[in-house]
Amino acid sequence: MSTSTTLEKPNTGTWDGGNEPFKASYGKLMMWFFLLSDAFTFGSFLIVYGLSRHKNLPYTGTPEAFTFSQEWWPIPEKVFNAFPGFHGLDLPLAFVALMTMILILSSVTMVLAVEAGHRMDKNDVQKWLLWTILFGSTFLGCQALEWSHFISGTEEGMILSNGTHIFGANLTINQYGPPLFADLFFFITGFHGTHVFSGVILLIIMFINTVNGTYQKRGHYEMVEKVGLYWHFVDLVWVFVFTFFYLI
Amino acid sequence: MAMHTDHAHDFEHTGEVPKPQTKAIWRTFIILVAITALEFVIAFTMEASTVRNSIFIILTILKAFYIVGEFMHLKHETKSLIWTILLPMALITWLMVALISEGSYYFESVTNYFK
Repeated sequence: MSTSTTLEKPNTGTWDGGNEPFKASYGKLMMWFFLLSDAFTFGSFLIVYGLSRHKNLPYTGTPEAFTFSQEWWPIPEKVFNAFPGFHGLDLPLAFVALMTMILILSSVTMVLAVEAGHRMDKNDVQKWLLWTILFGSTFLGCQALEWSHFISGTEEGMILSNGTHIFGANLTINQYGPPLFADLFFFITGFHGTHVFSGVILLIIMFINTVNGTYQKRGHYEMVEKVGLYWHFVDLVWVFVFTFFYLI
Repeated sequence: MAMHTDHAHDFEHTGEVPKPQTKAIWRTFIILVAITALEFVIAFTMEASTVRNSIFIILTILKAFYIVGEFMHLKHETKSLIWTILLPMALITWLMVALISEGSYYFESVTNYFK
C-alpha cells in the first residue's frame, strides 16, 4: 500500500506571492497610484484648457499693438507682467520665473531630505525639510500675490462693448480676455496651489515627527520618501502648468 | 524595509553617519534650471508659432523626465513599475492630443447636443 504523495513545489516566481514584485513597499506603490490618478485630474484640466483655447480666436497682430479684448485669447506675457514692488513696470513673466525657480529649488531640498533619510541622518533631514517648508510657503505667498493682482486688475481696465468699464477678473468678468481664460486660471492654478498647500501641511507633519525622533525609532525614513514623491509631483504639475498657461 | 533597519543598527554601533552623496541631485537641479532659462530665452526671442510651441512641449517633457526619473527615482525602480506608471500616462497623453486637435468639432457637437 504505497501511495506516492507528491509534494507541491514551493512557489518562487515573481508573482507567486510572498515577495514584492515591484521591489517597492506597499505605501510607496499606493502613493504612485494616487499620483497617477491625480495626473489624470490635471490632464483633464489641461484638455479643457486646450479645448477652450481653440474655441476662441488667437491674437494675430504684432505683440506691441496688443490690447486686451474679449474677441481673442490674451498673450500670457501681456497678462502676467507685474512684479510686486515694481508698480507700473512691464516685466513680462518675471514673477512667474521667480516662482518656478522657488518650486524647483524646493524639489531639490526635498530630494536632499530623502537622501539624508537614507543615511539615517536626523539633523540633515530636519534641515532640508525646513528649507522645503520655507520654499513651499514662499511659493504659496507668491501665488497669493499673483492672484490678488489678477483679481484687482490693471489701472486701465477694459471697456466692454456696452460701455461698462471693468477692472480685473473674477469667474464672470475678465478684463484680460474671454471670461473662460480667467476661470481656467483660477481653477488650474488654484487646484495646483491647493496641492502645494496640502504638501506644506504634510511636510510640517514630517518635520514634527522627525524632530520627535519617530522615524529614527522606526528605523527608516520611508514616510519622508512618500511625501517626497508627492512633493515632486506637485513640482512636475507646475512644470506643465507653466508651459501651457504661461509660455504657449 | 529591512535594508534601512540594518543601516540603523550600523550607525548605532559606530555612531557615525555616512557622507551625503548629492552630486547627482545638484546635477539634475542645474539641468532643470538650464532648461527653464532656455525656455525664457525662447519665449522672448522667437515669434509665437507652432514650431515654438513644439519646442516648449519637448523641453517640458525633458524636464518631466528628469523630475520623475531622478527626483522621484522612477529610473531606478523595477521595469514593471516603470511601465505601470508610464503606460497609463502615454494613453492619457494620446487622449489629450486627440481631444485638443479635434477640440473644435468635439466642443461644437457637445454644445449642440445640449441645445
